[in-house]
Amino acid sequence: MEALDLARWQFGITTVYHFIFVPLTIGLSLLVAIMQTRAVFSKDPARKDAWTRMTKFFGSMLIVNFGIGIATGIVQEFQFGMNWSEYSRFIGDVFGAPLALEGLAAFFVESVFLGLWIFGWGKMPEKIHLLTIWAVALATTGSAYFIVAANSFMQHPVGATLNPETGRAELDPSQGSLLAVLTNVTTLAAFPHVVSGAWLVAGAFLTGVAAWHMVRHHNRARELGFETEEGQEQHLAARDLYRPTVRFGVVAMCVAAVALVISGDFQAQIMFKQQPMKMASAEALCETETGASFSILSVGGPEAFAQDCEDVTHLIEVLYVTSFLATHTFDATLQGVDDLNAQYKDQFGETATDIHGNEVELDYRPNLFVTYWSFRLMMGLAAFSGILALWTLWVTRGKGENARTTGSKRFQWFAVLAIPMPFFANAAGWVFTEIGRQPWVVHPNPDDPTIRLMTMQGVSSHPGWMVLTSLVAFTLVYGVLAVLWFGMMRRAALKGVPLATRDPETDELDTPTLSFDY
Amino acid sequence: MDAMLDPTVLQTLWFALIAFFFLGYFVLEGFDFGVQMNVATFWRRGIGTRGTILKTIGPVWDGNEVWVITGGALMFAAFPEWYATLFSGFYLALLLLLLVLIVRVCAFKWRDKVDSDRWKNSWDVVHIIGGFAPALLWGVAFGNIVAGVAIDENRWVTTSLLGLLNPFALLAGVVFVLLFWLHGTHYLALKVEGRLREDANRLAGILVWPTIVAGAAFLLWFQLAHSNTWFTLIPVAVAALALIAAVPLHRRRREGLAFGATTTAIAAAAITLFGGLFPYVMPATNDPANSLTVANASSTEHTLTVMLVALCLFLPLVIGYTIWAYRVFRHRVSDEDSPAPGAELLEKAKKGYREAFEQG
Repeated sequence: MEALDLARWQFGITTVYHFIFVPLTIGLSLLVAIMQTRAVFSKDPARKDAWTRMTKFFGSMLIVNFGIGIATGIVQEFQFGMNWSEYSRFIGDVFGAPLALEGLAAFFVESVFLGLWIFGWGKMPEKIHLLTIWAVALATTGSAYFIVAANSFMQHPVGATLNPETGRAELDPSQGSLLAVLTNVTTLAAFPHVVSGAWLVAGAFLTGVAAWHMVRHHNRARELGFETEEGQEQHLAARDLYRPTVRFGVVAMCVAAVALVISGDFQAQIMFKQQPMKMASAEALCETETGASFSILSVGGPEAFAQDCEDVTHLIEVLYVTSFLATHTFDATLQGVDDLNAQYKDQFGETATDIHGNEVELDYRPNLFVTYWSFRLMMGLAAFSGILALWTLWVTRGKGENARTTGSKRFQWFAVLAIPMPFFANAAGWVFTEIGRQPWVVHPNPDDPTIRLMTMQGVSSHPGWMVLTSLVAFTLVYGVLAVLWFGMMRRAALKGVPLATRDPETDELDTPTLSFDY
Repeated sequence: MDAMLDPTVLQTLWFALIAFFFLGYFVLEGFDFGVQMNVATFWRRGIGTRGTILKTIGPVWDGNEVWVITGGALMFAAFPEWYATLFSGFYLALLLLLLVLIVRVCAFKWRDKVDSDRWKNSWDVVHIIGGFAPALLWGVAFGNIVAGVAIDENRWVTTSLLGLLNPFALLAGVVFVLLFWLHGTHYLALKVEGRLREDANRLAGILVWPTIVAGAAFLLWFQLAHSNTWFTLIPVAVAALALIAAVPLHRRRREGLAFGATTTAIAAAAITLFGGLFPYVMPATNDPANSLTVANASSTEHTLTVMLVALCLFLPLVIGYTIWAYRVFRHRVSDEDSPAPGAELLEKAKKGYREAFEQG
């Protein structure tokens, strides 16, 4: 493999890995903030106590997750310079701005206030302490905004012009400058999609972990007998401690689902206008079609997709859906990948010069096998969250004294199984949108295609072995950290919330505190 | 040639701002590195004491690290060519630095999440590496930046990793380690009590001498061989005076002032390096025409203006809440060998938690 391929693999691996943890941090910091808010403002001491303990329980997992997210984020910041120096020179004038804003406006807040939140329990007034977790939650979401704005410039450059003298993209006041970059329509569509994706991750996580314990306490209560005092305690833990959290997770998932569908629909519409090649690759649509169908299942290996799609057989097709996704009409004409390829060759040339001055033959088609399947994985995996939400609502139906919990082992295992699915869906979504943009690293804006850069023109001039060294080093270290992360998350999740004990003499509730700081 | 050495006011201001962010990083994260190094110095005191040492920086290290992350991003925005040449050119050194910074973050966040001696001992080793290695690597990197490396006409660095390990850069690495170690020891003396505080003061009294010798040798070498102006003699003198002033200060247990002295010394050293580098950002040793300068590596005046506005909006806020965070955690952390009042309550609560958990 050449340095270019290795550099692409490295960026892909480090970025997908980073984005395992990021959505959970974004989503969970918000849900923890909401739980702590309920704790602070509850009048009923029992509810206050329950939400406080839930806040600390999920807070301890948030901290474990935050750590690895920060650690892997450092690499993201510097690897543009390391492996993509020519890209950085080309785009730095524009692209550096949202990255710097992310640091100034979001990352500083996140880091300082996370420290205040972790170490500040009991050191400051309750409501001020509550504000620190809200600052963290808003800042993580703000981070996502600036990063998505930076990425959107690569998908659809706005606010800048090409300086013919230097050959670099430069912020241009007559094009709206930084404000245009931050209000790029691509950003406005992608940001809600990314953030609601994060909420789905966190909602499923909350529901999955809390459901596990709810079922556990329910069954323990049944073993001990509901009439015994201990059995009653277990029953109350299931009903009053975990059930509200289980259902709160479902609420988060439902809100996320609605936002995901709306923002995803909006994104498909503008993607069709801005990057028709990506839309066609989502369906692996080789020939131009009117009223294009959406295939749910196709047969054919990567080689079949790479050729003229003749060997790819669509097994199940839903008529007109792809056209509808792209334009909201059933009979829209979608250009196929091959026609677009020919068109781009006309417009942008059959060959291009790489960083070493060699002329390279161009193929403007992305890897269709990857785009086709990642697009389906992204949407298909959501089914797990849907089933989890409905199943949970059913087994926890009822109100007040009639509120139900369940002892179903099948439900318990499904709830846990459903936790990782939105993580995979998020990764698949990013793989789709980034691979679908290839061979461009900065995709030309159809209205003014002067700002554009091919991926092979953005890479640093490194020998292959050097990139291979870093690729292997990052992969090994990340692999070890993933194992440790999983072990700690599992441990923290299994621990559960300590139950309150009643002092037999004074009849006062004694709530053990979860030690929190490090 | 003249145009590339003649930056505009705005470009000069941005060079100073990048220098300010690195200065902030070295002053703030510098004591974090030093405190982590002291996990090694006090290794034999056991896991509890090591935990106490780390606790002194627990709430603040993360915010301190953001200074370099934001500094790097601002460099990307204001001097894209500098960013691209530097980070691609120092590839393997930067790779090492990144790997250490990654595991170091995990050491902070994860050390106390598992109640096992083996687990904590392992992370404490990572803490020691996480203190020494980044200090050394930053020193080597800055030694090479100010002394210059070979750069071709494409602005690609052609000096190899072995070439980066030259005597001047290695001395810079040693100076960074010693300076941060001393700085962190002053911070530790300021933040703990009892025996640990006494020992930290004593350690500072020993560390200060090699720091003065190595620091003076490095800064004078830089001044004579690489600095582009005689004005940097002023910060060199300030750094030297500050370090010498630290000697009587920790003898008299004036820990706040001693910490102030190393803060001044680090700030003065950073000003010396960046001040002596100006008007270059990456001087080329092979052909001066290939050098990256403040004038030829920067973004457009428009981008610099926009980012300056953004910086003016956010930087005061950042400084404001950072000061507040330091105020909230201004109290000394007590050593677990000599428990402070109220410690038994915490123990009782922990015991209650364990009992309750085993029931469930």
